[in-house]
Formats: sequence, C-alpha cells, structure tokens
Amino acid sequence: MPVRVIIPTPLRQYTGKKEYVEVEAKTVAEALAGLTTQYSDLRRHLYTDDGKLRSFVNIYLGEEDIRFLQKEQTPLHDQDVLSIVPSIAGGTALRCICS
Amino acid sequence: MALNLNESQLEQIRQHGARDYPSECCGVILGRADGENKEVREVVPLKNLRHDARRAQELLPLDDPGRETEKNRFLIDPLEQLRVEKDARARGLEVLGYYHSHPDHPARPSNYDREHAWPWYSYLIVSVEKGEPKDLTSWVLTDDRSRFDPEDVNVLNL
Repeated sequence: MPVRVIIPTPLRQYTGKKEYVEVEAKTVAEALAGLTTQYSDLRRHLYTDDGKLRSFVNIYLGEEDIRFLQKEQTPLHDQDVLSIVPSIAGGTALRCICS
Repeated sequence: MALNLNESQLEQIRQHGARDYPSECCGVILGRADGENKEVREVVPLKNLRHDARRAQELLPLDDPGRETEKNRFLIDPLEQLRVEKDARARGLEVLGYYHSHPDHPARPSNYDREHAWPWYSYLIVSVEKGEPKDLTSWVLTDDRSRFDPEDVNVLNL
C-alpha cells in the first residue's frame, strides 16, 4: 500500500533532492520508519536521540494534523499523502535565576 | 551560502522588531536560491502565536509557561506557514528562512533556537535593545545539529 511523503525543501538534501518519497505503510509510524530507513540522514532532524518525534515536527495526513487523529498510530490507506511541516519556533536564552 | 538582501528588506525586519518590542516578532523571508546564494525577494511579517498562549501550548508545549512567554519565545502557526509557502511557490519563490527578534538580548541563537531548527534555512535574528533595533545576524544549522554557523549577509542595491 504505497503512501506518499512530501519532503520539505530543507530536508531534500537528504533524499537525493526528491520532493516526495513513496513508502509501503499501514500507519504513520511505519511510513516514517520506512522513510528514515531509506534515508537515514533524515532521522536526526525528525527524531530525538531517544527515538521520539521532535516536538516541533508536525505530520499532516492530507490537511489534518495527526496530533488530532491517532498520532503516529493513525492508519493510512493506499495513496494517502503525508506532509512534514516544522513549527518554526525560537527565542532568547532564559535569564539565569541563579546568582 | 550567503544571504543577499536590500536595505529596505533589512529595514522591514528591524522595524518589525522595534514595533513588537518588548515581545518577539517573527516572519518569513522568500526568494530564490541558486546553490551558492540566497536572494531575498520578499519579507513577510507573521504573527507570533505565543500571544495566543493556549493554542501555542497545544501546538508546541513549553517546559515552563510561567517564564516562557511571547517576550522570549516565538512560534509560527504551521498552517499559516503552509499557506505562505504555497502562495510563494505559485509565484516562483521559495521559503529561504525565517527571522525573529531578541528583545534586550544579543543577536545570537539560543539553545532553544537550535533545538527547533532545521538545516539549510537561514535564521535571521535582530537584537532590539530598549525598543531600538541593533545588530542583525543570520545563522544556518549544521548537519549534525550541534551548532549554528554564521551566514554572510550582503546588503545590496537590488
């Protein structure tokens, strides 16, 4: 059951410039695992060292945030389209409250 | 890679920083990349979603919401970002990076900036001291995510 994962511009350098990758997957977790097995340099930009999806990395199934579906266990169907979208975030170093 | 922009685009970022002081401002820079240079065509100010603390916390939870607010954190709504990106692509432009301000802090990336960055994008930071925009710098995350490298910013008469 191939699904399509759209690769955002800054990460295409790790997928041989491919704009999307097709993987066989029944869930979002399987799709991302398939993607990062095929293109291992992607892994560190999507997952933390302990294997959790980074908090600022959003996955959309069509136009729906998987956070509001069944997260990484969200089931996928043939021809589904997943998008990887970062939450752009940042800020200053917090002031040290120690003396 | 170097980032090329003109004086008026630079001023747009600096003035946005001043306008939103003492909160952090944010926005996106659009343009074209040719492999060696990024040429900025448009600067698009966006809303700092941390002003809407509840929705922001739902999208990207903060460890310490008591101390982390719109004054030291920014967040761009991913849906708004998708809309801007789609609109840019239709006009032959791409997202080159993002800017934000550091109110009363130096224009250097924080650890929080690094943890939430991807490579390739330019991350511009304008320092705003007591409401006055000061230094403006640009940074690119290294492949191994360990640090940001400074990026040359060329102000051209475009």
